[in-house]
Amino acid sequence: MTMASEHPRANLQPLTLHIPEPKFRPGDAVDFAEVDVPPAGEARRPDTADKASDFIDLAYTLVRVLDDDGNAVGPWDPKLSPDVMRRMLRSMALLRAFDERMFRAQRQGKTSFYMKALGEEAVAVAAAYALDYEDMCFPSYRQQGLLIARGWSLVDMMNQIYSNTADRLGGKQLPIMYSVKEAGFFSISGNLTTQYPQAVGWAMASAAKGDTRIAATWCGEGSTAEGDFHSACTFAAVYRAPVIFNVVNNQWAISSFSGFAGAEATTFAARAVGYGIAGLRVDGNDALAVYAATEWAAERARTNQGPTLIEHFTYRAEGHSTSDDPGQYRSEGEPNAWPLGDPIKRLKDHLIAIGEWDEERHAAQDKELAEQVKAAQKEAEKNGILGHGLHQPLESLFDGVFEELPWHLKEQRQQMLDEETASGRPWDRKA
Amino acid sequence: MSDMTQAPESEATDAEPTTRMNMIQAINSAMDIMMERDPDVIVMGEDVGYFGGVFRATAGLQAKHGKTRVFDTPITECGIIGVAVGMGAYGLRPVPEIQFADYIYPALDQLVSEAARLRYRSAGEFTSPITVRSPFGGGIFGGQTHSQSPEGLFTHMSGIKTVIPSTPYDAKGLLIAAIEDNDPTLFFEPKRIYNGPFDGYWDRPSQNWSKHPAGEVPTGYYKIELGKAKIVRAGEALTILAYGTMVHVCAAVVAEARIDAEIVDLRTLVPLDIETIEASVKKTGRCMIVHEATRTSGFGAELSAIVQERCFYHLEAPIERVTGFDTPYPHSLEWAYFPGPVRIGEALKKIMKDA
Repeated sequence: MTMASEHPRANLQPLTLHIPEPKFRPGDAVDFAEVDVPPAGEARRPDTADKASDFIDLAYTLVRVLDDDGNAVGPWDPKLSPDVMRRMLRSMALLRAFDERMFRAQRQGKTSFYMKALGEEAVAVAAAYALDYEDMCFPSYRQQGLLIARGWSLVDMMNQIYSNTADRLGGKQLPIMYSVKEAGFFSISGNLTTQYPQAVGWAMASAAKGDTRIAATWCGEGSTAEGDFHSACTFAAVYRAPVIFNVVNNQWAISSFSGFAGAEATTFAARAVGYGIAGLRVDGNDALAVYAATEWAAERARTNQGPTLIEHFTYRAEGHSTSDDPGQYRSEGEPNAWPLGDPIKRLKDHLIAIGEWDEERHAAQDKELAEQVKAAQKEAEKNGILGHGLHQPLESLFDGVFEELPWHLKEQRQQMLDEETASGRPWDRKA
Repeated sequence: MSDMTQAPESEATDAEPTTRMNMIQAINSAMDIMMERDPDVIVMGEDVGYFGGVFRATAGLQAKHGKTRVFDTPITECGIIGVAVGMGAYGLRPVPEIQFADYIYPALDQLVSEAARLRYRSAGEFTSPITVRSPFGGGIFGGQTHSQSPEGLFTHMSGIKTVIPSTPYDAKGLLIAAIEDNDPTLFFEPKRIYNGPFDGYWDRPSQNWSKHPAGEVPTGYYKIELGKAKIVRAGEALTILAYGTMVHVCAAVVAEARIDAEIVDLRTLVPLDIETIEASVKKTGRCMIVHEATRTSGFGAELSAIVQERCFYHLEAPIERVTGFDTPYPHSLEWAYFPGPVRIGEALKKIMKDA
C-alpha cells in the first residue's frame, strides 16, 4: 500500500480527483450571477435545410424569444396568434393546477407517488403545440404536459394515478407512468432514457414506411449519461432518423446537480456536435423559444434533414418526486433566484404586454382551472383511490405477461387464488 | 425405440418440396420467407446487410428485400434492441441479430425492462413482437467472448420467450413461429452445429447436415409451435433433458453406451413443455439434465426443481445435472470445460448404478 511513498516519482505533482460540487447547499445564499444568460433575440436562426455543422454555435448559447419586458424579439419569434398563446398559457396553468392537486392527493395518502413539473411546464406544453397531434412522443416521467396540452382527459390520468377500477393500465404501473397510444404518448418506463433509442426506432420505422409522422423524446440532463442516450444519438445520426431529442436540463437529478452529468465541462446541446446532428440550446422557461425550436426541429425531421437535439435550460422548482425533500440537498433560495424566471409568468406577461390578456382574466382562469381539476378529481375518485385497497381482480396480475398465458403462469395464478381462499378473506375488494 | 433418424414430424403442412439445408441456410430461409409474407418484417444487426452476417445467416437478404428492410447497424447492442422496441411499437416486426450471445449484455435493460414488459406495463397498448437471433454456445475455439450460453439469464425474466433449435428443420420452423409470435423471443442458435451435428468428440472428423434426416428441410413456409419439446429418441431407462448442441452429444453418448435412454429436446425453454417432460420422467424414473451453460442458477437448476416437484415419487435415483463449469469459457481448455461424452458418460453410470 505504501509503494507510492517508498518510490516517489520526484518532480511530479500528486494527482487529485475532482468531485463536482454544486454552488449552493442548504442554508447558502443563492446568486446565479455566473449563469450566462444572453439577451433574448440574439441567437441566429439558421435555415432548416442548413447543415448541422454550420450552426454549432447554437449549442453553446441560449435561444430566447421573450425578453425581460415581455416582448417577443428576434428571429426565433414563432409569431403565434394571441389565441394560440392563450391556449398554451392555459395548458401550462392547467398542468400546474393538476400537479398541485395530485401532489396533495399523494400527501393525503390517496396514492403512492407523484412527480410535479413545477417550473418546467413550458418544455412539454410548448413542444406539444409545435408538434402535430399524430407525431409520436416518447416521454420521460415529467412530460405529463404533453397529455394535458393534447387535451387528454384529466380523469383518465387521475384514474391511472389512483390505480383504480378505471385505470387504463389496470393498476400495473406506478402512478404517472402513463401510456396513451391514441394520444401519441408512449408507455413511460421508470428506467432512464430507454425511450431514446425506442423513439429512434419508431422514427426509423416511420421513414422506412414512407410515413409523414415524426418522433420526439425527452430525458433529463442527468440521464444523458446513460448508454441508451449515446446509442440513440449514434443511430439517429447514422440513419438521419426523423426524431427530436429533448434534454430537459432542470439542473437536478434527484439530489445530484448537473455537474454529475458533465455540465461543468460543456452544455448538453453540445453532445449533438460530436454526433454531427443539429443542436440547439434553448431557454426552457420561454414557451415561445421552446415552441420555435421544436417547430424548427420538426421541420428538419419532416424534410429528411434528420435529428435535432434540443437542450431545454430550465429549473426543477420542486423535489424530484414525492419521495425526496429538496431542502436536504440544495438551497431553498434556488427556485426563486433562477435567472430565467417562471414560464407561466413570462408568457402571461407577454400576452399582457401586447394587450391580449390581463391579471384579472388570469386570476379568473386559475380559479376556473382549479375547479376543473377538483371536479375531475371528484369524478376519478368515484372509481376508487389506491389508499382504499385493491381495485383490480386478483387474476389480472397475470394478464399481459404474454399474449397467451403459458401453463406455468396459469399454475401460479391458481396458487394466488388458493392463497386468497386460504387467507379466509377476499383480497380484491375495497377495504 | 426410435432414434434421430426418424423423419421430420408432420409439422410441415403439405407435402411440400424439400431440399438439403444446413442450419444457417434454414435460418436464412425462414427470414426470407417471412420477409416475403409480411412487409413489416425487417432484419438488422452488425454486419447483416451487404455482407450477410459473420455466419452468413442473412446472406442475400439485402439484395433481395432491399436496404430499408435489411441493414447494418452501429455497434451498440443496447441501441439495436432499443430501436427494435421502437419499431415494434410503430407496428413493425423486427428480427434483430446480436452477433454473438456474448455481446447481448449491453442490451439487457432494453430486453428485460423494456421489450419483455411493454405489453404488461401498457396493458397491451404497446407490444414487442421482436425476435432476437443470436449465435450462442461454444465448441468453436471462440474463447470467453464468443462461446457463452446465457439463456438462463433470460428464462429468469418474465415476459420473454427463449427458443433453442437443434436441427435445420427445427430451426426454420421455430424461427418462423418466433417471428410470427407477438411477444419478444430470444432465438439462440447453437453455432457449433450450424454446419452439422456434433457428437461431442472434437478430435473426430466433423459431420455435416447432408446425411442427417433433419437436414432435409421444406423450401416453403411451415412452423413448429413454440413450447413443444420433441422426443428425439424414445427409451425406457432414463430421461435426458437437453437442448441445442447437447441433444446431439447426448444421442451419441447414449448410442455408444447402449443405454435405452429417452432424449427430450426441449426446443423452447420458456414456455416449457412440461407435459412431455413429466410423462417421460414418470415413465423412466430417472432424469438427467444436460446443458453447456455454467451450472449455478443455470436452466438445469430450474428443470431439476420442476422434475423433483412433479415426479419425486417416480424417481429411482437423484437427478443428475451435467453442465459446463462455473468458470469463464476458456480458450485452450475448451474441451475440459465442455460437458462432453466423458462427463455425460460418468453421470450416466452414476444415475444407472442401481438400475
